[in-house]
Amino acid sequence: MKIGAQDWNLTQTAAHIWRGRIETVQLPIIAQAVKEEGGQMVALWGSDDRHLGGGYALHAAFITAAGLAWISAALAAGSPESPPAYPDLAAIFPQADRMQRATFDLLGIRAEGVVDERKWLRHKAWAEDQFPLRRDFDPVAAARAELPEVDGYPFIRVEGDGVHEIPVGPIHAGTIEPGHFRFSIIGDRILKLEQRLGYTHQGVEKRFEGMDLATGAKLAGRVSGDTHSAFTWAYCMAVEQATGSVVPARAAWLRALFLEIERIANHLGDLGYLGNDVALAFGFMQFWRLKEDWLRQSARLFGHRYLFDRIVPGGVAVDLDAGGQAELAALCERIGQEVGELKAVYDEHATLQDRFANTGICKPALAARLGLTGLAGRASAQAWDARVQFPQLPYTELDVNMATGRRGDVLARAEVRFAEVYESLRLIREILARLPGGAIHEPLQAVTPACEGLGWVEGWRGEVLVAVRIAADGRLDRVHPHDPSWQNWPLLEVGVLGNIVPDFPLINKSFNLSYSGQDL
Amino acid sequence: MSTGIVLQIAQTLLAILLAPLLMGWVNQCRAWLQGRSAPPLTQPYRMLRKLFHKDAVLAHDASRLFRFAPYIIFACMVLAAGIVPTIVNDLPFSPAADVIALVGIYALARVFLALAAMDIGTSFGTLGARREMLVSFLAEPALLMVFFTASLISQSTELPVIVQTLAHKEFAIYPSMAFAAVAFWMISVAENARIPVDNPTTHLELTMIHEAMILEYSARHLALIEWAVALKLFTYSALGIALFVPWGIAPRGDLGALPLALLALLVKMIVGGAALSLLEAISAKVRLFRAPEFLGTAFLLGVLGMLIHFLLEV
Repeated sequence: MKIGAQDWNLTQTAAHIWRGRIETVQLPIIAQAVKEEGGQMVALWGSDDRHLGGGYALHAAFITAAGLAWISAALAAGSPESPPAYPDLAAIFPQADRMQRATFDLLGIRAEGVVDERKWLRHKAWAEDQFPLRRDFDPVAAARAELPEVDGYPFIRVEGDGVHEIPVGPIHAGTIEPGHFRFSIIGDRILKLEQRLGYTHQGVEKRFEGMDLATGAKLAGRVSGDTHSAFTWAYCMAVEQATGSVVPARAAWLRALFLEIERIANHLGDLGYLGNDVALAFGFMQFWRLKEDWLRQSARLFGHRYLFDRIVPGGVAVDLDAGGQAELAALCERIGQEVGELKAVYDEHATLQDRFANTGICKPALAARLGLTGLAGRASAQAWDARVQFPQLPYTELDVNMATGRRGDVLARAEVRFAEVYESLRLIREILARLPGGAIHEPLQAVTPACEGLGWVEGWRGEVLVAVRIAADGRLDRVHPHDPSWQNWPLLEVGVLGNIVPDFPLINKSFNLSYSGQDL
Repeated sequence: MSTGIVLQIAQTLLAILLAPLLMGWVNQCRAWLQGRSAPPLTQPYRMLRKLFHKDAVLAHDASRLFRFAPYIIFACMVLAAGIVPTIVNDLPFSPAADVIALVGIYALARVFLALAAMDIGTSFGTLGARREMLVSFLAEPALLMVFFTASLISQSTELPVIVQTLAHKEFAIYPSMAFAAVAFWMISVAENARIPVDNPTTHLELTMIHEAMILEYSARHLALIEWAVALKLFTYSALGIALFVPWGIAPRGDLGALPLALLALLVKMIVGGAALSLLEAISAKVRLFRAPEFLGTAFLLGVLGMLIHFLLEV
């Protein structure tokens, strides 16, 4: 496969997914080639392969013109004095920075030549010289270890006349996920924002080790609850790829149905929240009424409001009969109409438009350089949508219209949401009309020793990636779920610059990023 | 004189007791307009009862100022309630302060609230205090302009005289008062921390103005402040009634007019509260730095009212 001018030894393992192993020194070269081609880095993670007879490995996933390239580089096992290391990629793809820091916190493999060497996911749940994802990590000993009283973290200080800091969180006044935001402000103007995340670290990746494939699907779906269907689908896609199983057509179509239902539920909720954040409670109540109708419909038809565990390895767990199809199609019709009416209210509300427009701008050039992705990326002219460019069944037959904007402000992100609600409603109706018959589940093929796979799904927030390696005993060996929030959190730091403090919640909500998805 | 004192005490007590009811009514209308089922009218009273039964939590760094501020703020609002005529005009306590002093009483409460917010040294308290000062230093001159327009008509800054002139002399239409009324409405919204200047129901600490200042208060202190907030809304409404729709307020000594005055007050408050919630329901909160524009407009309308008085009414 060619990336840039050079031909790389990658093999295609599934539609749009390429796999290759390279030397560590080649990592920056391939990253540079991807960058020059106009591609992006999606994810970076590591694994401890010592039980397989190697050392460690560094994995990276890049979007290229031909699809997703999953690159691995083997690292020597090293010693406590000279930990395993690989060349820094953050200089080429800035979004790699936090992923590299997290990889060190969890595995103790270091990016060499990196500027920012602060910890990222580690607070004080384990000691500095302990690495939970290593195979020889002893949780009992780690829990007994003496930990520092104060969990220090050196924030970058802004100094000058009249500059002061406001620390916000991790505990907030509302019921939201925990995250710490350190504002440096002058008056009400934001000079710098620094995030400190990792408060919801639950050791998800460690938990995956040794889990059976079916339970793994449940855990994958709980990485970030609002992206349940996307994560489960990506996980199942990876497992099915690894075992060489084929999913019945009807199951694939139903999975897409669940994914679009999830997208609409989240967009309706966010559009309501955006109204609430400018104190237009009317919009909040109306959109949440629609969301509630939508969730109740899911509960009625599929047995769960948020469609939890409806996607399983090998297919789906629940079918839809003709009556249900008609019901869902009718609700789509009504929701589409009501969203249209509410959009007219939003469009014509002068104060709301004033609050949305030119607030929290991420310019297209900056978005491209820092790797803004997904919904927020599309609002800043980053026209990537896996359903469009790299479709899997059934998107290969659906012709998805991508929603994009150029302004990169809160208004653009709201408008992309509106457009995606309409498009997803259309897709649902089309899926319902063309739903093929047949089985909804097919048992997985037997596991061949140490197989691996990668699932890639366009969730409502952006591309969701799950890489899976299955051990010879048929249990999970290493699973890495990747949420698009990894790439987008740093853009929030940039997007708020020059804005005023009271506009931060609105800007934050317009991104609506996941904490647990990146804290893992 | 003794009936006057009895009436004075009764009227002040009535304001203190009715204030949470007005708040409950506004909240109820708001809920209806948003398509929600509404909390009962008595919800604010239940809230106060709950808060008075709780144990107060104080920050380690809180000084005496922080503890006393709620009492001072509440007392200021009671004082204001004693001065503004709601049912009977020209009661014994009314001459204690004219409209300019009334503005001062509100300012006194605000200064203590802002000082208490800064006292414990949290960033949100300071943030809220700074924003409150930004809003209020623009609202106060605009409020004075409104009062001056009314004073020019009645040739006095004493509230009883203003009410007497507007309600009980021969009926006249004052175009200047129309401008003043709009200005007064805008100022009331800003001063009472309502949409579009502030959002009383938000949980987003970074966007708050008034709420940011009282984040650290709990139990009886919070109850007093919440009650004072309700009283402030009540006295502002009463002021609006006294200046712009004073008909029905009983003149001094006319005991027979009392039932009608009480009824008129209730009707006006019901209509006013519904109107407030309607305007809130259709507005969004303006960007903080647009609040000066909002209040600048109020000031301009106040000045226009005065000019029009000289042009058309002299």
